[in-house]
Amino acid sequence: MGYSIDLEETRFGFPSLKTLLAKASPERSGDRLAGLAADGPVERLAAQLRLADLPLSELAQDVLEVDGDDVTALILEGWDRDAFAPVSHLTVGGFRDWLLAPETDADVLAALTPGLTPEMVAAVSKIMRAQDLIAVARKVRVITRFRSTIGLPGRISTRNQPNHPTDDSRGIALSALDGLLMGAGDAVIGVNPATDTLEDYIRICEVLEAIRTQLDIPTQHCCLGHVTTAISAIEARAPVDLVFQSVAGSTKANDGFGVTLSMLDEAHEAIRALGRAPVGANLMYFETGQGAALSADAHHGMDQQTMEARAYAVARRYSPLLVNTVVGFIGPEYLADGKQIIRAGLEDHFCGKLLGLPMGVDICYTNHSFADQEDMDLLLTALAAAGVSFVITVPGADDIMLNYQSLSFHDAQFIRETLGHPPAPEFEAWMEARGIGTPDADLPSLEAALGALRLPAA
Amino acid sequence: MKPPSRNAVPGDIAAITEARLTFGQRGRALDTRAALRFSLDHARAREAVMAELDMARIAGHLAEAGLEHRSVTSAAATRDAYIRRPDLGRTLPGAEAERLAGAGPVDVAIVLGDGLSGIAANLAGPAFVTALATRLSAAGLSHGPVVIAAQARVALGDPVAMALGAQTVVVALGERPGLSAADSLGVYITRAPRIGTPDSARNCLSNIREGGMDVETAADRAMALIRTMRRIGTSGVALSQHIAGAGLPER
Repeated sequence: MGYSIDLEETRFGFPSLKTLLAKASPERSGDRLAGLAADGPVERLAAQLRLADLPLSELAQDVLEVDGDDVTALILEGWDRDAFAPVSHLTVGGFRDWLLAPETDADVLAALTPGLTPEMVAAVSKIMRAQDLIAVARKVRVITRFRSTIGLPGRISTRNQPNHPTDDSRGIALSALDGLLMGAGDAVIGVNPATDTLEDYIRICEVLEAIRTQLDIPTQHCCLGHVTTAISAIEARAPVDLVFQSVAGSTKANDGFGVTLSMLDEAHEAIRALGRAPVGANLMYFETGQGAALSADAHHGMDQQTMEARAYAVARRYSPLLVNTVVGFIGPEYLADGKQIIRAGLEDHFCGKLLGLPMGVDICYTNHSFADQEDMDLLLTALAAAGVSFVITVPGADDIMLNYQSLSFHDAQFIRETLGHPPAPEFEAWMEARGIGTPDADLPSLEAALGALRLPAA
Repeated sequence: MKPPSRNAVPGDIAAITEARLTFGQRGRALDTRAALRFSLDHARAREAVMAELDMARIAGHLAEAGLEHRSVTSAAATRDAYIRRPDLGRTLPGAEAERLAGAGPVDVAIVLGDGLSGIAANLAGPAFVTALATRLSAAGLSHGPVVIAAQARVALGDPVAMALGAQTVVVALGERPGLSAADSLGVYITRAPRIGTPDSARNCLSNIREGGMDVETAADRAMALIRTMRRIGTSGVALSQHIAGAGLPER
């Protein structure tokens, strides 16, 4: 079934729902690379006008149009018609107005969440400006817990990301300590391993566990290896707090990550059975990012932002502690410049939150993108206003393992001071007890802090 | 060039990590010198990404070494198009392929491209291809003219090799710059290249630069890989597994 709209003397036609969604997407290089983008600003606006008149309920169908896609099946099976009822009569445009209305508050949005599909939230985001995405996301409350509580109103958490190019135990510890001495790490201390062997995975968990227990930090840690490695480590009774996996919005794209839903089910069960977490804790951590499906040639003709929202359907099945988009990491062929990265970061945060996820953002870019640290400052400020659950921080904004730039520990201090967003309350109390962040407090030097740590033998 | 804060890094910590750790005062922001030095490192990376091939310099070096060359440009006409459209950087337009007419057939095609750091190609590129060509000739393998490729992705080497009738292609090009090094050359070697060759069918050498792997070592390793892939008829993951299985030395 096709869609069309007449603007003055010109008729604009869109052969399918996914074509309409793609043409209505704000400009980004990935949709152009895929050959899906609008030809220009007028065709984009025509698509947005047509999309605004589309009944929201029309999006509760197989928009991807791929037989046997298990993410589509997950979306359709999980769709709660009763929860959808309050907005079932609305168009996409009417839904935007409804979201922005003052009566639509945190409780209303929480009740609506199971009634929304990724395609619905992606569609409405395409006709929302930056301030709309900020205003609505700020109203959504998603609170998750492990040893710290993430997502409380007015707070912002950080992942301390102490990556090292050879996974050196002391190198990881030094970067982690550098962040802890600046109050970073209340969401998680999480390492992207350079290798993916079980031995290294377990050693990294043990290093992070040593830091956490010896310094008595109310946080959790994670080695971001492959889910199958995590399962093996759990079987070996390694100190695994959180299971991590990158996920995407189609079966084929998840195949590209070497992951299936049944693997994730198995990992979720295994980490629950390990029993390290407080009762009722959230136990999973997912990363996503626009362009992941396209880069695996697994987008099936769907625009990259809608594919990204579909990845959130995978994540929400597991009530994760943390989810973040790695917004500028995938490269300029998907998000070319600061403007596109900023827009995508706000979209991803909005869509994730509206689908009920504890959404964080890796505010970042690569050296071949047309972006710099100033774009990251602006995205951080906008996301803090939007109530982002957590952001990723590394020493001096320079990730020496993955070779890209994220936020620095200092950047988190900037947003805490400037907008007054403290970290998780448990972590805040830990900082206060140690004098971290207190002017003129007598903190140990990095050398002394490393020297005082008893790390497991390599 | 290192940020000035690293001068103050205690020696044992400098040996453990290059992370931009904070020593001394833990303020709200990086101090002015560290902040500006970060910006300078980024500026160098950006300069490398946007740099064009220095054709005169490269051609001069090759002529001095007695090597012929041909020049081609991918379907990405500009640096901007190259960065946003990797598919164009992998495509050799028909008119460009004609520039290679009559240069084949050869055993091994040598391609020197800009990749994501024209600076790396300009600096280490001529010395590497010269060292490799010398070794190929000594081994009795023909290589034909060095193909200097502008706006080139790794896979541009596949249609170049097909135009030259080569069963092996060596593509040397600039790697994506990091903050600490913007001049790393990468080398990708592929046996039986064709359109659509997956990356898993290539073997790679990286971090070829002053302060990293030197060009002579890189050329030795490239030759060892070429010899092995000519013997077993394949490259990439399959070759790595073959080496691991047979316990063959890689260099």
